[in-house]
Amino acid sequence: MAHEETVYDALDHAHGGEGQWAFGTGFDEPLAGVDTTVPDGVDPAELGEYCLMLGDDALVLAQRLTEWVTASPELEEEVAVANVALDLLGQARLLLARAGSVGVLGRSRQRATDSIPDEDALAYFRAPGEFRSTALVAAPNGDFAQTIARLLVASTVRLAVFARLRESRDPVLAAIAGKGVHELAYHRDHAARWLLRLGDGTEESHLRAQRGVDAVWPLLADVFSPTEVERRLTADRVGVDPATTREEVQSVLTEVLGRATLRLPDWPADAPPRGRLGEHGPELTELLEGLQGLARRHPAATW
Amino acid sequence: MTVVTRVDVDPWEVAARVTDPELPMVTLADLGVLRGARLEDDGTVVVEITPTYTGCPAMGVMRADLVHALHLAGFADVDVRTVLSPAWSTDRISDEGRRKLAAGGIAPPGKAPARSDGPVPLQLGPTRRTASCPLCGSADTEELSEFGATACKALRRCRSCREPFEHVKEI
Repeated sequence: MAHEETVYDALDHAHGGEGQWAFGTGFDEPLAGVDTTVPDGVDPAELGEYCLMLGDDALVLAQRLTEWVTASPELEEEVAVANVALDLLGQARLLLARAGSVGVLGRSRQRATDSIPDEDALAYFRAPGEFRSTALVAAPNGDFAQTIARLLVASTVRLAVFARLRESRDPVLAAIAGKGVHELAYHRDHAARWLLRLGDGTEESHLRAQRGVDAVWPLLADVFSPTEVERRLTADRVGVDPATTREEVQSVLTEVLGRATLRLPDWPADAPPRGRLGEHGPELTELLEGLQGLARRHPAATW
Repeated sequence: MTVVTRVDVDPWEVAARVTDPELPMVTLADLGVLRGARLEDDGTVVVEITPTYTGCPAMGVMRADLVHALHLAGFADVDVRTVLSPAWSTDRISDEGRRKLAAGGIAPPGKAPARSDGPVPLQLGPTRRTASCPLCGSADTEELSEFGATACKALRRCRSCREPFEHVKEI
């Protein structure tokens, strides 16, 4: 037969017969066939920077959520948390690939071998200071109630941003957002229903849910504070100023906490952006050691 | 320049027979994942697929399966492209696909939630979906979890025959 005998041969052939890099997510380029032309008047470096902000939030939260795999309170919840993380990982993959498509790779490209795709180079070979995620997603999980409180807040914020991003002048961002909105709605509603169960459950679950909410709320301090890049891209109708989502986010969170019989903490005072500018606490460094350690020790590993 | 093309085989017919790696009872065409397969003037077959969920890990295998099937049919140059917009919806699953899913023990989706441009409303109710048991046909079923073994499925249980089953959830 002139062509590949089996699909496994085809997969190997698609990868040049040299084996698949051991730590990547797939055999295909995530943006293969997608028009990645940068819209008129937009600085590619700023578009890439913005994709890192949105992509890193998803990558870091996915990594946190997977810490619950093998440790969840019930099997169904373990599957749920893994599914949420997988959706976020998919969003991260597209967004980091988009950053790579406009040449925003930082120093990751020098650290990663040539055969490693851009999105994997960005995920595995950037230093913590090159990440653009917020403290909201990097914070440790805490107990299950705190994990759910953080998932509720993070997915509510992201859903509000993505709902607006569907109108982006960048067709790739608009498409990623158009798809992501439906996934994020599932995540948010799942977290909201859990918080109702916990808040309106037993004395112990109520106490823990309240503690979780109280621990997560201060992490909202810099979430609504735009960077200069976000301001400029918003003016260009490419990005979303997170300040425009505040009212919607607060209204959703207020409704959920009320239904969950939980006390609404004070909204934290606005703080200037930190994580978006690469300033992070030790918890991100620790998280990245888990995410990146093996790939960095064996950067050329294939299977 | 002479371009040799296979005029006796429609690449769509070939691509439309490729089944889903996770749901082998349905084809990618049944699912609405296959958006197009056409022969270009230069002899390349251009195939368009769209992911069900952004993180769907089966995309690479689908891509390879399509290339493989088209190679076997005699098309040497195959270009599989990803289409992200408009986003996939379970409403794209054909009637034939729904019948095959049910026959395979997986409850097909109902109508996808209405989509608007504005904020997405909260859904705090216990469950907003219904599905008949694909094993005994009873409509008396309950949701166990909105998330299942793959991104596109939820877990349910039949209250009549007590069997658990999977349900392709509406999106």
